Amino acid sequence: MTETMIVPGTHPQGVTPVLEVENLSVTFPQSGADVRAVRGISYHVNPGEFLGIVGESGSGKSVSSMAVMGLLPSSAKITGSIRFQGQSLLERSDGELSRIRGKGLSMIFQDPLSALTPVYTVGHQIAEGLLLHDKKLSTRAAALRAVELLKIVGIPSPERRAEAFPHEFSGGMRQRAMIAIAIANDPKLIIADEPTTALDVTIQAQILEVMQQAKEMTGAAVVLITHDLGVVAGNADRIAVMYAGKLVETGGVDQVFHEPAMPYTIGLLRSMPSMASTEARLVPLEGRPPSLAALPPGCPFAPRCPIAIDDCRKAEPALVAQPGDPFHSAACIRSAEISDGTLERADVFPRPQPVAAGIPVENAGAEVLSVNELVRHFPLMKGSVFKRQIGVVRAVDGVSFDLGAGQTLGLVGESGCGKSTTIMEVLELTKPQHGGIRVNGIDVAQLSKRDRLKMRKDIQVVFQDPMASIDPRLPIHDVIAEPLTVHGVSRKEQQRKVSQMMELVGLDPEMASRYPHEFSGGQRQRIGIARALVTAPKILVLDEPVSALDVSIQAGVINLLADLQQQLGLSYLFVAHDLAVVHHIADHVAVMYLGRIVELGASDDVFNRPRHPYTQALISAVPIPDPTLERSRRRVLLEGDLPSPTDEIPGCNFRSRCPLYTLLPENLQQRCKDEDPSLRALEGISVACHHAEHDVLISTGTEGQCR
Amino acid sequence: MSMVEEAQVLPVKSEVSKRQARPSSRARIIFSKLAHTPRFWVGAVTLAVIVLWSLFGLAGYTYNAVGLDVMAMNTAPTAAHWFGTDQIGADLYAQTIVGLRKSLIIGFVVGPVSALLAGFIGALAGYLGGVWDRIIVWFIDLLLVLPALYILIMLYPLIKGGSWVIVMVYLAVFSWMILARVIRAQTSSLRDRDFVKAARFMGVKTSTIIRRHIIPNVSSLLIIDATLGVGAAILTETTLSYFGFGVQPPDVSLGTLLSSGTGAATTRPWLFVFPAAILVITVLATSLAGDALRDAVDPTSGANRD
Amino acid sequence: MIGFIIKRFINYFVLTAIATLLAYVLASSALNPAARYLGRNPQPAPEVINSILDGLGVNPHVPVLERLWTWLSNLVMHGSLGMTVDNQQVTAVIAARAGVSLRLLIIGSIIGALLGVAFGVWGAVKQYRLSDQLVSYASFTVGATPTFVIGVILMILATGLNGITGHQLINFSGEYTAGLQGSFLVMFGDRLNHLILPTITLSLTAAAGYSRYQRSAMLDVLSADYIRTARSKGMSRNRALVKHGVRIALIPMSTYFAYSFALLLTGATVVELVFSWHGMGEYLVSSVQQNDINGVAGSVLFASILVLIAGTLSEVVYAALDPRVRV
Ligand code: SF4
Ligand code: SF4
Repeated sequence: MTETMIVPGTHPQGVTPVLEVENLSVTFPQSGADVRAVRGISYHVNPGEFLGIVGESGSGKSVSSMAVMGLLPSSAKITGSIRFQGQSLLERSDGELSRIRGKGLSMIFQDPLSALTPVYTVGHQIAEGLLLHDKKLSTRAAALRAVELLKIVGIPSPERRAEAFPHEFSGGMRQRAMIAIAIANDPKLIIADEPTTALDVTIQAQILEVMQQAKEMTGAAVVLITHDLGVVAGNADRIAVMYAGKLVETGGVDQVFHEPAMPYTIGLLRSMPSMASTEARLVPLEGRPPSLAALPPGCPFAPRCPIAIDDCRKAEPALVAQPGDPFHSAACIRSAEISDGTLERADVFPRPQPVAAGIPVENAGAEVLSVNELVRHFPLMKGSVFKRQIGVVRAVDGVSFDLGAGQTLGLVGESGCGKSTTIMEVLELTKPQHGGIRVNGIDVAQLSKRDRLKMRKDIQVVFQDPMASIDPRLPIHDVIAEPLTVHGVSRKEQQRKVSQMMELVGLDPEMASRYPHEFSGGQRQRIGIARALVTAPKILVLDEPVSALDVSIQAGVINLLADLQQQLGLSYLFVAHDLAVVHHIADHVAVMYLGRIVELGASDDVFNRPRHPYTQALISAVPIPDPTLERSRRRVLLEGDLPSPTDEIPGCNFRSRCPLYTLLPENLQQRCKDEDPSLRALEGISVACHHAEHDVLISTGTEGQCR
Repeated sequence: MSMVEEAQVLPVKSEVSKRQARPSSRARIIFSKLAHTPRFWVGAVTLAVIVLWSLFGLAGYTYNAVGLDVMAMNTAPTAAHWFGTDQIGADLYAQTIVGLRKSLIIGFVVGPVSALLAGFIGALAGYLGGVWDRIIVWFIDLLLVLPALYILIMLYPLIKGGSWVIVMVYLAVFSWMILARVIRAQTSSLRDRDFVKAARFMGVKTSTIIRRHIIPNVSSLLIIDATLGVGAAILTETTLSYFGFGVQPPDVSLGTLLSSGTGAATTRPWLFVFPAAILVITVLATSLAGDALRDAVDPTSGANRD
Repeated sequence: MIGFIIKRFINYFVLTAIATLLAYVLASSALNPAARYLGRNPQPAPEVINSILDGLGVNPHVPVLERLWTWLSNLVMHGSLGMTVDNQQVTAVIAARAGVSLRLLIIGSIIGALLGVAFGVWGAVKQYRLSDQLVSYASFTVGATPTFVIGVILMILATGLNGITGHQLINFSGEYTAGLQGSFLVMFGDRLNHLILPTITLSLTAAAGYSRYQRSAMLDVLSADYIRTARSKGMSRNRALVKHGVRIALIPMSTYFAYSFALLLTGATVVELVFSWHGMGEYLVSSVQQNDINGVAGSVLFASILVLIAGTLSEVVYAALDPRVRV
């Protein structure tokens, strides 16, 4: 190791980087032990470059960029150096930094919902940024420029929208407005902190597109901070991976994705379910990141690293350049072995073997749950004293599907599509507003109170957020045993069952008397699964069971679900917005849009050859964690936002955003306007589109249809 | 704040997996947080001292609250009469302690009772939702239109000639409303939480859900407001009594004492200042303790937010 | 927005109207109007008492709902609130006294709100520093002190001050010096002088409550993402806190104002009693003491109207501050 601590990345002669961070550390003093959120990281960003910083929650990725912006709380202790265009930022006063922030250096935040001040108009908030840095600018000129900026980021009728308040904007539009604020003063560097995490995938695709455009227009360098490797794969020039407050791998995007040299990166890449492949099992990345308040000596990844050796625990490995590629560095003492092939990457994190099937499912494939023309409309009320109905929200508008024994049906769609309402209606086990629900062939509308209670044994639910779905005040024994209390199971039997279930989901039964807050997110979700399984149900309704978990934790839970299905012959109704996860686990998939199912079929058929324009757009919007694939992909971009669910849309309700519709000749368009398409069979799947045979979108591609 | 949280990764659990759980660990967290709040100690210790003092403060003291020392009328505080005497020679120290006892009893009964009332009504409205919720909230708002003090003053003819216990009852009846609204809001947000939904989908009975999930989760609010309610009740009682609408002579409370001391407040300040100081310290102690409790329970408080 | 406010107004109107009627019923059943005459010497004959009570419309032998109806129709048809036990029109008494209360309430609440907001914001921005601790402890102490105690202590202090300076620097008994003659300016100055202590008393109590509430509202805002956004645009921390922070932390204050108005009324009543002002609060108290049902009903009506106005005002402010309700 001759080269030590080189600043990684390309460093063209004579070019000063826009941003140079050297040995940056951030510590939050806490009673007890200080939390060392960032521990000596160095990186730089060249003009016009796109750097992706990847890490899970708690890796310090956001903290480090907030330190760059000078926006950390005053209690944070910051050391090291941060230079922006050659000038040091750290010792500056708030006033001096204010002159740089927003002008040379700007930022886009994660949650567009709360990032804009609710009481000022969007136009005002954009103009404000202009006026702060250009004292000579008149208010009028600033307002005009704000409108122009809104137009640039693709907001329709910008003059009118500039007068609107943030709450009148959808999430995607707010994020566009944030971008407009960020680029207002032609900054040299834009830091985007998880800019698309709170958004749906089709909106995410739009926003990433706008960001690329903004970058091209302003020539600014971009630092994109994300937990999602897919998001940076297609956009970034370079990648920096953070773990436990340190950079553990940096390099060009192709090197990091194709030849990762640090076991954490390898594990992360291998654990992600991908649209591009459907291996039977995911590679789990066991354990969780260490506490930043009490770090053991040595490599912070050692407790989770399958190839850790004794030396790993002695000293923390430094970030060093890889032999043969000075721009690719990793912080691992065995990275040379990985790079030269002595250690196969696939062997570092081997794919686990599938578990043996338990008792074969009796009458496999027979219908266990059948939903027929389910409708759930909510009245939309207005007024505080004299409430009157001003409309109807068609949350679920005629949904039908069947779930076979031992199978998994994935229900996918973006927020507001009605997928959650659908399953909540199913779980009520009562007569729906319209339509019918049959469980094991029994119509739930006919159930007596007692029978309904009995039936609840057979159908159980796992919720999205393990924090919210478990009462924080009960020890987990009581949490898991709760379903049993309803059915009059003896105390002793309860204890036995709870231990059994905990073992089944991979928890130590000795921990039964602990409280939920002592468990990690992944463990809590296992508790949720154990609770659902304790009555030995046949059907499990899974409401986004992994979307609240960190990427590296997800794989373990997904594998567990797959194993349990194998062992116990369960049927899953799996609701998710993450198509990759659904693609991985589901046998059949139903795609929902505005309260309807628009496409339904075997998972492989739907994902490999989607027929409905919406499904096509949805699938092409999912980023793939592979830069080569990602760059060569054609995208079907959707325009605009979801229409309000109260709107009465004659004809096809997807028409306002349908990319196929715009390409159709007028005589064919007429049918979309007049006739509401219902599901019809087409080559083995069902699709609700009059013109699904027209494969124009995929074959010709309508790339970059976004203004 | 979110930054710090993000950075704070929970400690690895495997090392402690063999340890047995302690009793309610959330309570433990709250207590350890409280232990680090000086305000809590100031409040709690002061309150404890005052309660003990009211109980034992007369032990060994020569004079009592009813006897008159005709040899010493209108004396400023002396070694014999610690707080001085009034124009007929009644010992103010003894009277203050007796008045304090009554005020404390009223506070410690009314605070918790009205918190319970608020908890019951608020939880009911919040959990039932719909029409019931609207009716209950409307009723609460109706009670909130006029100041409680006005209503209590109008009820004076019913108190007159009665015992101070009636005052206590009326105070409890008219001081639960605002807290009930808070509890209601809390309950209705709990109702939509996934763990309550989960329990519903398991078929758990409504009454069990309220008992097992709702009440424990609003209990911290109730405890806080029961504490703050002690001070509030003492304040209302003294104000009422001060103007003659509350505790009626011959019963003595801090309010009646202050009332008779006011006339001479500028010339013989001890008649007013001593009971007033005791009163303020007592109420201050409860509100410091209550506020510290609120800070400890509220997970968003206490962080350095700037 | 107008629609929103009108709806809120109607809501408040119904509430206050019902509350007033209930208060009438409460007062007429709790008070004993005959007591006043029974204690007289010589005691009037029962028939005489009866007819006096009938004349006042407060005879307990008449069913209470009927009396309520008479009272209400008199109010609507003739704008009359009946007669007091001293044979004055209640409306006339109110007219004479309303100004006294309003002067106190308006000045007191404005000063109290301004002080409260300022201290609250200050405390939040300097959270846990010494200045915040001082403000906090001060507001706790004021909050723990009954209003009448504050009033009396101020009186003791003022007496001391007057004694030291040898002048009647601060007057605090009544709302003006009885019998004082002089130019308009002298009279005005005298009234102003009498206002000092009562106003301080009321604003102190109000400010203590407002500052606690404003502090926590401001704390919620301090960590808000939009403050961070404003700073990322290039706004200094203090400017962002004022322009984006305080502006939003004021929104919940408008609701709190409506809720705390009852406290303000209570405070004003106590202040009137302590400083012997003849205002509406004092009128309520003396009417109760004299078993004067019409007087009680009149003063309750007055209070209800103030509550109605304050409630509507807070909705107006709320709608003006928060664009999200202007649908
Ligand atoms: S240094 Fe050791 S423990 Fe750390 S990643 Fe490399 S091999 Fe694994
Ligand atoms: S029916 Fe028409 S508008 Fe609807 S999805 Fe098909 S092509 Fe698009």
